[in-house]
Amino acid sequence: MSAQLESQLAQLPAYFASHVLLTVGALAAGVALALPLVGLAVRKPTLAGPLLGAASVIQTIPGLALLALMVPLLGRIGVAPALLALILYSVLPVLRNGVTGALEVDPDVLEAARGIGMTESQLLLRVQLPLAAPVLVAGIRTAAIWTVGMATLSTPVGAASLGNFIFSGLQTQNSAAVLLGCVSAAVLALALDALIRLAEVATRRRDARLAWTSGLLLALLVALASWPPIAAAQRAGDRPRVVVGAKTFTEQYILAELLAMRLRASGFGVEKRASLGSTVIFDALAAGEIDVYVDYSGTIWANQMKRRNTPSPGLVMEAMTEWLAKTHGILVLGRLGFENAYGLAMRRDRAERLGIATLADLAARAPQLAVGADYEFFARPEWIAVRDRYGLAFREQRSFDPTLMYAALVEGHVDVISAFSSDGRIVAFDLRVLEDPEQALPPYDAVLLLSPQAATRAEVVRALRPLVGALDDARMRNANKRVDLDARSIAEAAAELARSLPR
Amino acid sequence: MISLRSVSKVYAGDATGNVLAVDSLSIEVERGETLVLLGASGCGKTTTLKMINRLVEPSAGEIHINGRNIADLDPVSLRRSIGYVFQGVGLFPHWSVAANIGAIPALLDWPRARVAARVDELLEMIGLPPAEYRERRPHELSGGQQQRVGVARALAAEAKVLLMDEPFGAVDPITRDGLQQEIDQMRRQLELTIVMVTHDVTEALLLADRVGVMDAGQLLQIGPPAEIFARPASELVARLLEMPRRQTDRLHALAHPDAPQEETDL
Repeated sequence: MSAQLESQLAQLPAYFASHVLLTVGALAAGVALALPLVGLAVRKPTLAGPLLGAASVIQTIPGLALLALMVPLLGRIGVAPALLALILYSVLPVLRNGVTGALEVDPDVLEAARGIGMTESQLLLRVQLPLAAPVLVAGIRTAAIWTVGMATLSTPVGAASLGNFIFSGLQTQNSAAVLLGCVSAAVLALALDALIRLAEVATRRRDARLAWTSGLLLALLVALASWPPIAAAQRAGDRPRVVVGAKTFTEQYILAELLAMRLRASGFGVEKRASLGSTVIFDALAAGEIDVYVDYSGTIWANQMKRRNTPSPGLVMEAMTEWLAKTHGILVLGRLGFENAYGLAMRRDRAERLGIATLADLAARAPQLAVGADYEFFARPEWIAVRDRYGLAFREQRSFDPTLMYAALVEGHVDVISAFSSDGRIVAFDLRVLEDPEQALPPYDAVLLLSPQAATRAEVVRALRPLVGALDDARMRNANKRVDLDARSIAEAAAELARSLPR
Repeated sequence: MISLRSVSKVYAGDATGNVLAVDSLSIEVERGETLVLLGASGCGKTTTLKMINRLVEPSAGEIHINGRNIADLDPVSLRRSIGYVFQGVGLFPHWSVAANIGAIPALLDWPRARVAARVDELLEMIGLPPAEYRERRPHELSGGQQQRVGVARALAAEAKVLLMDEPFGAVDPITRDGLQQEIDQMRRQLELTIVMVTHDVTEALLLADRVGVMDAGQLLQIGPPAEIFARPASELVARLLEMPRRQTDRLHALAHPDAPQEETDL
């Protein structure tokens, strides 16, 4: 446990640094964008309504969705979409408070200002904005706190942040990591809030020393966050760089670390982009923003190739390899050796009592049963295929965080769950994965995918090729169990897995 | 000096139609003169005043100041050259007294030292010792002091024309009396041309060189206070003067209980 905490703490400076840069950058840009809009709204009150309305609409989009929408919009993952989403998000509180503050200025003061011959912009800059300042600054403080919170959600679009602790911690049942991420974010939010407040007090009191202090503290925070030894802890340095991606579950974190270990051993500098959304990661590979990750043949078959039939694993592999090369230039380096199929699982005792062994048996009982699944499952083509093939109609459908889903099954809140065949918890909780006699579900061989650019780098291919065929079901399931049940760190599990591989 | 030529102002109204606030008004104000526009609220006197510094644009007619049509002037520089004082005062709450008084000179980019000297000069003139009051904030002043600072601000850039809209409406009677006398002195000393708007008949009669009585956007009568008081030109003007006349009679009777009544006349 302490080794695990240590490995988390080692990443704290880098994640904290990128979180600071994301937040401060977005806030600065958001305020810079909002202030002219405040001016516009105050000078042309007919525009105030539509501007505030537009900002409010952006605000109502759930944070994670807004971030995810930025990826196709910008056509890339990483800091850019995260920054854009955070900027849009921070505009509203500043705009709303600025407009409210400016419109609340005493009309007599405005009449006097016009009467003595102020131009409209002098009126705005010398009278309306200064008098609106306290309300405006309150808006900036609100924006700062929101932005710090929302920046934790930029992990799935590929921007490192304190959210990396939270996302990976939730997936790997590492509550220390989740807590570390939350506490660090809270500390950052409070610190920024205090700094902005200090700046406001300094402005109000026209206290130059206080203003310098708050400015210096902020500059120090930003400088520290961009200081190479901290910020570049994650980066490659001078060595040739390879970017390794991972989706948001334990197996993916372990595999990414395993790939990173091999690449580092071959002299590459490795950057990891973990906790990426499952379509985000494919697009990022096709665009060359990441170089390598592990996906599953059935996922590519159903989600990317949009196929509905389920031929044999060999045919799927062959067709997929050809399709990926032709349409995206992506190289399928090969099968890792294990399968991680989507399936439906039940507690063994309950399945036996109800006499359910296959999906066909399940269909007969489904109207009395509740099904739980991860967030993606009910939207995936595989579920549609299974549901339609067997005519599954459950009494109730519920979506869960994968970690909580197993607990819900064990405790009897749901009767059936979506499960991955390589998950260590299937053995540990004594679950039965129901058979699929009609082969409605495609095969899910783990495959190593290389971006078009990485495919041309012989050194990268040479470093990774030994992994092809080296990871069987038992090895992978054991590595997953080490993290999910034995509470080992990802690094430990990956190292154990590496040692267990055939030489 | 100031010449209003058939000036009208129409406000776009509601369903009942447009509102004619000022109806073809013509007035000449002489240099150094104090003209007081007198009338009930809604008679168009404030609109007339605000058209002189273009806070309101006329719908028809022309206004000339020193022989120049103000429609050809930049409204911002026009306003900087005309002092404007109103009931709301509207001191800038986030600025010191000195910054408030120096507002127009600062807008005109006067050198700092000249602004400071001018501010001190005006503070002396309005009876607020500079050393004590320069750095105060408006909320630290009494109502009368605030209105004095408002007047000083209006005069800071050496304006020769002063527009005053119910300037003493928000202060108590004793302060009002003091302020009225100060203004009376100041205008002689500085040779100011003043157009003032009030609904207070006594104030109008006491301060004005000429009084213009307005109703429904029209000028009913214009002339020296004594003439207006003695010979109201219409029933409406007479009724307007009735109350101060009655008060004067009563005061006179109080002061001279033995004198025969009905003989008081101005």
